Amino acid sequence: MKRSSIIIMLVVLAMFVISWLAKASSMAGVEDHNIWHGFLITFSAFLTLAILSFLYKDNPFYKFAEHLFVGVSAAYWMSMGFWTTIVGNLIPRISNSLSAFFEVPPIADEWALLLLPDSVTFFIPVILGIMLLLRLSRNMGWISAWPLAFIVGSTAGFNLVRYLRSDFIEQVSSTFVPLLVDWQGTGHFFSHLNLNASGQFVTMAGNWVIFLGVMCGLIYFFFSKEHKGIFGFGSRVGIWILMVTFGASFGYTVMGRISLLVGRLTFLFGDWLGLIS
Amino acid sequence: MKLTFLIACCVLFLGFPVAGFAQDTPEEAQPADSITTPIPAPPGNVTAWDTENDHGHSVSLSWEPSPDDGTGLGNVIGYIVFRSDSPDGPFVDRGVQPAGASGHTDVGSKEEASQDYMADYVDYYYKVRAITADSLVFAESVMVGPVQSYGQWFNTGRIPVLVFVLCFMAITIFFIQKAKSGANLFVRRLAGIEAVDEAIGRATEMGKPILYVLGLGTAADIATIASYTILGRVAKKIAEYQTGLIVPCYDPITMTVAQETVKTAYMDAGRPDAYNEDMVYFVTQSQFAYVAAVNGTMLRERPATNIYMGKFYAESLILAETGALAGSIQIAGTDEIAQIPFFVVACDYTLIGEELYAASAYLGREPLLLGSLKAQDYAKAAVIILAILGVIAMNVGLDGFKDLFYISN
Repeated sequence: MKRSSIIIMLVVLAMFVISWLAKASSMAGVEDHNIWHGFLITFSAFLTLAILSFLYKDNPFYKFAEHLFVGVSAAYWMSMGFWTTIVGNLIPRISNSLSAFFEVPPIADEWALLLLPDSVTFFIPVILGIMLLLRLSRNMGWISAWPLAFIVGSTAGFNLVRYLRSDFIEQVSSTFVPLLVDWQGTGHFFSHLNLNASGQFVTMAGNWVIFLGVMCGLIYFFFSKEHKGIFGFGSRVGIWILMVTFGASFGYTVMGRISLLVGRLTFLFGDWLGLIS
Repeated sequence: MKLTFLIACCVLFLGFPVAGFAQDTPEEAQPADSITTPIPAPPGNVTAWDTENDHGHSVSLSWEPSPDDGTGLGNVIGYIVFRSDSPDGPFVDRGVQPAGASGHTDVGSKEEASQDYMADYVDYYYKVRAITADSLVFAESVMVGPVQSYGQWFNTGRIPVLVFVLCFMAITIFFIQKAKSGANLFVRRLAGIEAVDEAIGRATEMGKPILYVLGLGTAADIATIASYTILGRVAKKIAEYQTGLIVPCYDPITMTVAQETVKTAYMDAGRPDAYNEDMVYFVTQSQFAYVAAVNGTMLRERPATNIYMGKFYAESLILAETGALAGSIQIAGTDEIAQIPFFVVACDYTLIGEELYAASAYLGREPLLLGSLKAQDYAKAAVIILAILGVIAMNVGLDGFKDLFYISN
């Protein structure tokens, strides 16, 4: 390791210790376990800054924070999976004695699939799960293909009906909008022209945008014909409408991301450094 | 004489309320002190039937509002629905409706342990009570019943979904058969997909690996399924060119399918020996921990090409910006509308929404995928025609056309 790297690490370590002690002393008398809490806040700030150091370049502090994050999160989700799925959802349905051991209340029959009690039918996912775990075996790894096929196939089947309803049929019927709203002639239209949100002009303009936007967007995503001539023109209008929508979505999302940054900065300047209340 | 008159007055003024109290029961006639509120007429023609298109445990009722609801005496302020599982009672309150109402749905719980449990295939009896501002003044309808609740196997309110599913299946099967028979099905050029070959070639020349990110979806998400097909094509090309491949995975099951896909691709390319299981690995199921790990991989391994295909969320811009920082050529495709803008600004090529699904057919030219793509295109054409017809119908006052597409819950 280079000498400069060692010096940098020592300096960071010293700053960490100083910050920890300063934080702990500022919390003394205010709460119990101030040394431990001071350590936690200082460590959180250190990890935040370590991740943000990535903006400069990859460095050992970022690597440390990254590996710590990955390891802790993997272990956390494994633990969550066991306690919420196995203990929370499976054991209470199949075994009263195991439920008592894990101190979870048994769950009464709810599904009664194939007229069998849950204590029997819930062994089906257990068997599928074990078959999936056989992937770790060189000789029996092929067995895992069956539960995988079940997962992918059944979910695709459910999603077919679900998305056909929500993303197709209901969207189609929502496109049936009147293009002439409260029409009483051009004279009446121009004499009552205003930008009132519920007014005739704005409602009509909105309906025209919906109708033309859907038509041109569908034309853009038509793959069986070259986009030339009038078809190409419709496709260009479609992509313009899509890009305007994406731009608005981009701006809205960026605002959300800035608010996340504000939250982190509030932690650093408020909870850690105590510069803001 | 005076004594007789006095006794008669006592009988009149004292006996009358006594008689009234003796007759009063909570469910029957009204006491004399409500003499100022007249008794309304009861609701008429009460009917009860099993609620349609549900899983059971529900009975629907309708009635003709009381003649004194809004008209006549005008003292009816609402209706209370009572239910019993015996004609002799006791009847329990099952809901209130305001004045003017002419129907009610009595929905119970399917959980036996629940206090609101309503069993199926059990006789129920109903009465509807017209109430006034005076809680002791009301009028009840005649009792109706017995009526039983039960679930239906077929929800007639979702017939439009069935029709569309059958039509779509028929079109898909037709075009798959047509593709299998050797017909040339045209698919227009997709710039993002044509760039994949170029990107793989670039990585081979530079001697650097290709990073393929499947996104944060599960193995059953449509975008992830489309990504598997593209991964297979990319992996086959990579195997032929003997370039490196890195596939960090978010979901363990996605990783399993991806490993099978890559292994099969290497075998198809005639290079099973070159396949290394460590190419496709699980990172973590935490969103930003995964992104941190992939970012680290990008800056350390310096892949020549980054391909992002699948379902992405808030991490999309972090990935794309880091890839740009590392100097990689980037091709992205997702159906997450909120993330497409980030890929558009930060990547060299972006597949928008359905182009991701079309890419798998475009790359492989398999009959199954081509036929599906053609069926989708014809479905879109049908949507365009239906939308034009629907708009015309709305503008000429044929609102019933829209009702054809109504789907009940």
